[in-house]
Amino acid sequence: MEDFQIIDNCLMVRLPEEVDHHLAAYICENADRFILQQNVAHVIFDFEDTRFMDSSGIGIIMGRYRKIACFGGRVYAIHVDRQIQRMFTLAGLNKIVEVLA
Amino acid sequence: MSTQIVKTQITKTQITKTPVTKNEMEISFDAISRNESFARVAVAAFVAHLNPTLEELADVKTAVSEAVTNSIIHGYENFYGYGRHGERPVTECPIHPGKVRLKCVLEGDVLHIEVEDKGKGIADLEQAMEPLFTTRPELDRSGMGFAFMEAFMDDLEVESVPGQGTIVRMMKKMGSTAWIDCEE
Ligand SMILES: Nc1ncnc2c1ncn2[C@@H]1O[C@H](COP(=O)(O)OP(=O)(O)O)[C@@H](O)[C@H]1O
Ligand SMILES: [Mg+2]
Repeated sequence: MEDFQIIDNCLMVRLPEEVDHHLAAYICENADRFILQQNVAHVIFDFEDTRFMDSSGIGIIMGRYRKIACFGGRVYAIHVDRQIQRMFTLAGLNKIVEVLA
Repeated sequence: MSTQIVKTQITKTQITKTPVTKNEMEISFDAISRNESFARVAVAAFVAHLNPTLEELADVKTAVSEAVTNSIIHGYENFYGYGRHGERPVTECPIHPGKVRLKCVLEGDVLHIEVEDKGKGIADLEQAMEPLFTTRPELDRSGMGFAFMEAFMDDLEVESVPGQGTIVRMMKKMGSTAWIDCEE
């Protein structure tokens, strides 16, 4: 499965096993390329494969939110485990990200 | 020529038994993004015999990742991880030399972690430790690093001298934390 997929006007980002600073630039740059070129309205982050995350993951989401929010875009997150949900809460991310069950 | 036979006698004072409850390790590695995962996996392996819960292990790994990443990107200003190196020639992203020192001391079930760099240092520590404060918003940093270290460990102490470097000391008691759901 592709890491970046366009479904209708949504960009689906399948995050890696370890979401840290080492991989953050790769994720941000590719996501931004799709957002600019493919008229993406909304972004969905899929955490299904993710076994580790630090605050770099929060930065990735906040940065993409800023890119699409001014056009009314929304950010969604799926397959969010307890540890990641805890980081969302600490960062106040629940206001900008809709976590889908 | 005569062969000399030296008989070594091991006296009791020569064998100093260190108590099994104390264990210490120290490593030093280059300040490059690849070593972020190395550092947190090393610490996880160091405490594995305590049978920590998955949550405890994730807490410690995240805290180590935060401190080490800070030393790499803020202390030594080696900003770019795999993405930039993958898409551009590495020569366009000069790597500033520097080492990150990571020390762990286990006293019973209490884990002490120390992360040190000899980098840029922090001028205003109070401001730096505020949640969501970052000096690098252009690099998609969230400013949540210190907040996560504080939330996921039992104790956090930061010492920094501008131009000389930063030491982060953290402590966590392993094997006792019940899951705490945090309120917003
Ligand atoms: N080891 C360090 N050396 C120099 N500056 C640091 C170091 N660690 C943290 N800082 C400063 O503190 C700020 C806040 O750090 P943190 O909470 O981890 O957020 P972030 O890393 O997302 O910027 C950083 O933006 C940086 O300016
Ligand atoms: Mg940080």
